[in-house]
Amino acid sequence: MTLFPDLTGKALSRWMLADGPESDTVISSRVRLARNIEGLPFPHLMTPERGEKVIEMVRRAFASKDAAKLGLDDAEVIRMSEMSVVDRQVLVEKHLISPNLARNSTTGAAAITPDESVSVMINEEDHIRIQCLYAGLQLREALYRADRVDDLLEGKMEYAFSENRGYLTACPTNVGTGMRASVMVHLPALVINNKAGQVFTTVVKLGFIVRGLYGEGTEAVGNIFQVSNQVTLGQSEAEIVQNLRNVVEQIIAQEKEARESLMSEMKEQIEDKVGRAYGILLYGHVFSSKEAMQYLSDVRLGVDLGLLPQVNRQVLNELLVAIRPGYLQKMAGRELDPWERDTMRADLIRSRLRPDGQASASASA
Amino acid sequence: MLCQECRKRPATVHITRIVNGRKTEMSLCEQCAREKGELEFLVEPQFPIQSFLAGLLQQGAVPMLKVSGPPKCETCGLTFEEFSRTGRLGCSGCYERFGERLDPVLRRIHGSARHTGKVPARSGEAIKARRELARLREALAEAVKAEEFEKAAELRDEIKRLEKEVG
Repeated sequence: MTLFPDLTGKALSRWMLADGPESDTVISSRVRLARNIEGLPFPHLMTPERGEKVIEMVRRAFASKDAAKLGLDDAEVIRMSEMSVVDRQVLVEKHLISPNLARNSTTGAAAITPDESVSVMINEEDHIRIQCLYAGLQLREALYRADRVDDLLEGKMEYAFSENRGYLTACPTNVGTGMRASVMVHLPALVINNKAGQVFTTVVKLGFIVRGLYGEGTEAVGNIFQVSNQVTLGQSEAEIVQNLRNVVEQIIAQEKEARESLMSEMKEQIEDKVGRAYGILLYGHVFSSKEAMQYLSDVRLGVDLGLLPQVNRQVLNELLVAIRPGYLQKMAGRELDPWERDTMRADLIRSRLRPDGQASASASA
Repeated sequence: MLCQECRKRPATVHITRIVNGRKTEMSLCEQCAREKGELEFLVEPQFPIQSFLAGLLQQGAVPMLKVSGPPKCETCGLTFEEFSRTGRLGCSGCYERFGERLDPVLRRIHGSARHTGKVPARSGEAIKARRELARLREALAEAVKAEEFEKAAELRDEIKRLEKEVG
């Protein structure tokens, strides 16, 4: 357990550096591959002993020479049962594991690289779920990396695969490629213009899903949305990624157009909105998570429009995770009641958004 | 009792916390509790995808429950009835066992029932060759149609070579 405190303690994951393409609208890109092992029942019907076997297989794969060649040998395998509820919650908040895995205290485990760009969930709904997370719009890069991790694991175990159905998964909604590719986008101008709904209706008609920040069933907070593919069977991985990329590029174009029209038609109102949000965050002392997310979205828009040169996008990305309840409690080192959380959240935002807090934010991360 | 947050919906979640000796009590409706992050991941999502899928299967939206006798997967023991209730299959054997009964479900979800993506290297050589053959045969038919006989001859030779390899 050497890396483990870092995994949950520091906010800085590789994607938070905000150095990817289209970083002014796209926060991150993710590719997830679902895989199962031939001859073992799927996790929901599996005995704990068999669950252990899966963990062991993944552990061995990551300890192999092939893993070292891919730079994956420093990944750490951690069991849910060895982690506190708060630690698990932090991993959920960082999108490294799913809530579903966090609930599996018997056989749930994850292998995570130190830069947090690769995480392999073990005994979630499927035996193995490979996830690769990149900054900005980098779907192809994420797919390439996930593909390499997949090859590594496949070399050490036999996957459940059929020629007609592809990779077999517990839920038929994932069968085939087993791939879910998703892009996290920040669309404040489309929300202000009331056009987000129209855009999403079209996106859904094209076979894609739009969801809130924390996936299935969550509402959109802070104007951040996840767009992902629905279909996993009948299209190749490359086709799915290309189609998603096309759709996201069109959403980006719409958002940029909306930003331009806002700046030409109501410049003062936007400057005022951004300035107020920044002021409130700099001087406020109590913020609920939802309120903070809304103001942070306004500030992010300000940064994107060049109105707040003193604020660093990386700090905003870190705050997306750092202001979550799990992370705040992890930082405090104890359980916090809701009131304490709201005040600590405000303290954190104040210190990180101050012009002199920007440098120290990344230095301490 | 009404939710103390929104004061509109009835309070169904009652939370008592003792943190560092300080006691706080809250009575919230589920929606506000969720928004305040009090429920977080420890509570199962209300409408996971599987329940939608199960609903789809049970309402007969997919015409396949008419097949007589509930089959059971010999490998893991899951019955088709259980699958249509939970939306989850039990093992890789279920895909084979329930075979054609899954086709309408898969077509409904994906618009297709046939995989065209990645193939694992281990078991995949033969599959890859078969796919390549199918592709070449299609190209051959097209070449013949377009009267490109030189190209067609090349394709025919390539197909013959590959057929020998596959055996």
